[in-house]
Amino acid sequence: MTTTARQSPAVRTRRKSGIRRGEAASGWLFTTPMLILLGLFLVVPVLMALWVSFSDWSGRGSPFAGNVNFVGLNNYSALLSGGGLAEQNFGTALKNNAWYVVLVVPLQTALSLFLAVMVNRQILKGRGFFRTAFYFPSVTSSVAITVLWLFLFNSTGAVNKLLSFVGVTGPNWFNDPNGIFHFGVANGPGLLTGNTALGVSWWDWIGGPSVAMFAFVLLAIFTTSGTFMLLFIAALQNLGGDVTEAAMMDGANGWQRFWRVTLPQLRPTLFTVLTLGLIGCWQVFDQIYTGTKGGPSKTTLTPAYLSYQAAFNNQQWGQGAAIAFLLFIIIVLFTLFQRWVLAERKVSKRRMRLYDIPPSSGSGPGNVAIGIAASSMASKGQGGSV
Amino acid sequence: MQRSTSRWLVAGALAAVGVLTLSACGSGFSSGSSASPSGGLTSSNKALTVLIGSSGDAETKAVNSAVADWATSSGTKATVNAASDLNQQLAQGFSSGKPADVFYLSTDALAGYASNGSLLAYGDQLSNKSDFYPSLVKSFTYNGKFYCAPKDFSTLALEINTDMWAAAGLTDADIPTTWDQLQTVAKKLTTAGHVGLGIGGEYARIGAFMTEAGGNLMNADSTKATANSAANVTALDYAKKLMTDGSLKYAKDLGAGWGGEAFGKGLAAMTIEGNWITGGMQADYPSIKYKVVQLPAGPAGKGTLQFTNCWGIAADSPNQAAALKLVEKLTSASDQLAFSKAFGPMPSIQSAASEWKKANPALVPFLDAASYAKGVPTAKGAADVVTDFNSKLETLATSDPKTILDATQTNLQALLK
Repeated sequence: MTTTARQSPAVRTRRKSGIRRGEAASGWLFTTPMLILLGLFLVVPVLMALWVSFSDWSGRGSPFAGNVNFVGLNNYSALLSGGGLAEQNFGTALKNNAWYVVLVVPLQTALSLFLAVMVNRQILKGRGFFRTAFYFPSVTSSVAITVLWLFLFNSTGAVNKLLSFVGVTGPNWFNDPNGIFHFGVANGPGLLTGNTALGVSWWDWIGGPSVAMFAFVLLAIFTTSGTFMLLFIAALQNLGGDVTEAAMMDGANGWQRFWRVTLPQLRPTLFTVLTLGLIGCWQVFDQIYTGTKGGPSKTTLTPAYLSYQAAFNNQQWGQGAAIAFLLFIIIVLFTLFQRWVLAERKVSKRRMRLYDIPPSSGSGPGNVAIGIAASSMASKGQGGSV
Repeated sequence: MQRSTSRWLVAGALAAVGVLTLSACGSGFSSGSSASPSGGLTSSNKALTVLIGSSGDAETKAVNSAVADWATSSGTKATVNAASDLNQQLAQGFSSGKPADVFYLSTDALAGYASNGSLLAYGDQLSNKSDFYPSLVKSFTYNGKFYCAPKDFSTLALEINTDMWAAAGLTDADIPTTWDQLQTVAKKLTTAGHVGLGIGGEYARIGAFMTEAGGNLMNADSTKATANSAANVTALDYAKKLMTDGSLKYAKDLGAGWGGEAFGKGLAAMTIEGNWITGGMQADYPSIKYKVVQLPAGPAGKGTLQFTNCWGIAADSPNQAAALKLVEKLTSASDQLAFSKAFGPMPSIQSAASEWKKANPALVPFLDAASYAKGVPTAKGAADVVTDFNSKLETLATSDPKTILDATQTNLQALLK
């Protein structure tokens, strides 16, 4: 790559000859199988689905047949402003899934980071065992874990038994449609119940996930934190010890070292974990399909499951495809937002002042240390990310 | 030279593979638009495929042997596939233009597939057409056309745990025949250990009360929404009253997946379920003694819900004539009685009734209900509305019946536009 980039224009425009002749053709030849595969199994189906989302295809025969009509944004408007059942269902699914994301993504990231830091410590005995143990839920099939969860969170299951030992009467987890932030209040104030967004009342929007959905939140955290722990461990092991040692020499304590030295260096991994978590959470399907099928009271309905249901059970193929594309847009927007939040920025003046060594006496040794660590990191950063 | 030749060979091979793959894909989609010739059935010597949504081994085995019998006697090959997800596999078949020839079809899927032309409306060509129960025929009639032969059916009845019944000091004379009596015995049967009546919290159970009050979500042809009728409000008010009494609880609130489980585990002294409960009780709770009686009459007399499936035949099937013959055989009295013996449902034809009653004396109330049972709504999209209605019924104890029914009425009316 670099050699071609450095070639002068004169060389490039010269007629190709000799040993380099036909390189482009070979290049295309070697990439063709992959291009065909990707095109056939990725690009074509996506374009087909896009067309279906703008059509009135009813599920019989080819979506490109003559009797299938273009209906513009009808499918999308039915979901976003129809005022009917489709809009209510979509609104409910969005509400459920938004709460799921809000709870799962931060919690699983925090937990996986915590676990990674714990099992990465040199003094821990039996690190291999703990790594395997924490990673185990991730390699088990999600269907099997969901079934296990259904048993654990049965109204007379192990979890409620455990709760009863401490005097708490557990809820009927997977059958309890009450929002956890409603705290058992059945009817909200008129202002909140009277106004709706996407066919769902404000009262329901702020109600949080239902108890049933919350059990799925716990399930997601349990299963995925192991995978992300692995990513964090890999990143932690890639960190050079010198920066940390420098900070240590300058008197930064463990807490400061973690927040101001280790965590900033994990930013790329953090971005990966958050993005993967976000995408996975918005696409949650198998747990719902095997567990609750959207019940109780539709409080575990998610856009991915709704899309499946609309298409396969109700022959509303256009709407099903439209839901999938709306979901795609949501995920892209969230990822862009998160990219913006995590973007590398210049250190603000106010922040910078902390690291300045005042001319007189002043700041403690810790801050100096962090200043050095930060500058050493900056110099590392110029070499390109690892 | 050598190298470039082999390169072109590889390129050619790749192009060939690509074209083949594309054409394979193309053929899957091409045949969708061709409609069956007017009136007549397609006929060929192609083998038939039968796609079923099986409840278990017993059902798969029974259908397999019935179809195999037909194949040997008719000379047309036929194979049975048990679908793991019937709706999905049907949808894939229809969109590829190569569906199964004969398949199970539920009442709520009928309208969708009938309206997009996937189904063959063969009902009027059945030789045993007049033998089917009229209410079942209605369930499979869409836009005035009788689409497919009812496979079998089930109705709801009241199951009573006889030990708990006796323990509460009740006798055969106390078996409820009116709503008031039901309320009384349910209260008497409610103890610390179990509730009087434990049912699934959904339209498919509570709807029985609605028919007893003279209502239902839609009229019999599913052409008019009647969800917020006074009769339905009365029915939900009654169910809510039983809940307030503490004598009616949903199965899920008892920690059971469905009414039969609550009943089998002894968490409920009575339940409302269909004839499928007998198989479950035999397999999982053989020690529970119970009897089946007809549901008590409401303000408008007797009522119950019925559930049914039919044998659909695909419009794209290349051998519809043979498929029709197969369906006639599968709905004959002898085959239906064999199915009933193997996995429980009741025959959909009237001529098999007396023999079925003889074979299943304890289950006669289920079949007796056929004369007044009502079907569930079959309008296109009704399944979605029912799901929404179910989600609201889950909180019936704390909400207003009229509000629930009004919302359902709006949703049903939107389907009929």
